[in-house]
Amino acid sequence: MSIKVRYFASLKESLGSDGIELFVTEPLTVEQIWSQATGQVGLPDNILVAVNMVYVDQTAEITDGDEVAFFPPVTGG
Amino acid sequence: MIKLLAEAFDPFEEVKRFQEQSAGSACAVGATSIFIGTMRDFNEGDPVVSMFLEYYPGMTEKQLKDIVAEAIGQWAVLNVLVVHRVGNISPGDPIVVVAVETSHRGDAFDACRFIMEALKSKAPFWKKEQLKSQESRWVGNNSKGYAPE
Repeated sequence: MSIKVRYFASLKESLGSDGIELFVTEPLTVEQIWSQATGQVGLPDNILVAVNMVYVDQTAEITDGDEVAFFPPVTGG
Repeated sequence: MIKLLAEAFDPFEEVKRFQEQSAGSACAVGATSIFIGTMRDFNEGDPVVSMFLEYYPGMTEKQLKDIVAEAIGQWAVLNVLVVHRVGNISPGDPIVVVAVETSHRGDAFDACRFIMEALKSKAPFWKKEQLKSQESRWVGNNSKGYAPE
């Protein structure tokens, strides 16, 4: 399965990357995707997650072709 | 109507254009509530000289669309305009305009405020401030600013 992982704003800066393409062999949760992509164990509490541009929680399951975005709290307006 | 703009804009021109385009329902419009947000030259006690507004192309537009749809489902809304800046912004520049046309003022006030507060908590935008001290920093959280009863 191919998963597109994206990072935004301060998270993009701290990780030094705007994302990564992951290839996985079994369905994973958002939290497992985070660990595979960043090498960090556990998703920080303040990080928001969207799958295919819809907010989800860290237990959401990812399927082939999904775009998973991780980002800090939003500050528009 | 939802617009993201990478260049400075005149909020009153945007509202004028919006009113012209929604003229079909002009006779039913009895109230228009308009919110304009502009960039301050200070934040958390520090002078700010400029700001960069990052967004998530695709998701930001989708979230704004969902927020407007929610407002339309909750109040008797006739027309909605949301304009938001992205990119480099200077103090005094407008950042956001929300205009809501309804038949009665209560719906206009409430829907406008709802859209604005939802935008601030859900729409993926991120501000990075350039301080007068030469440092830069990401804004960590939007202030609550509003406590619905």
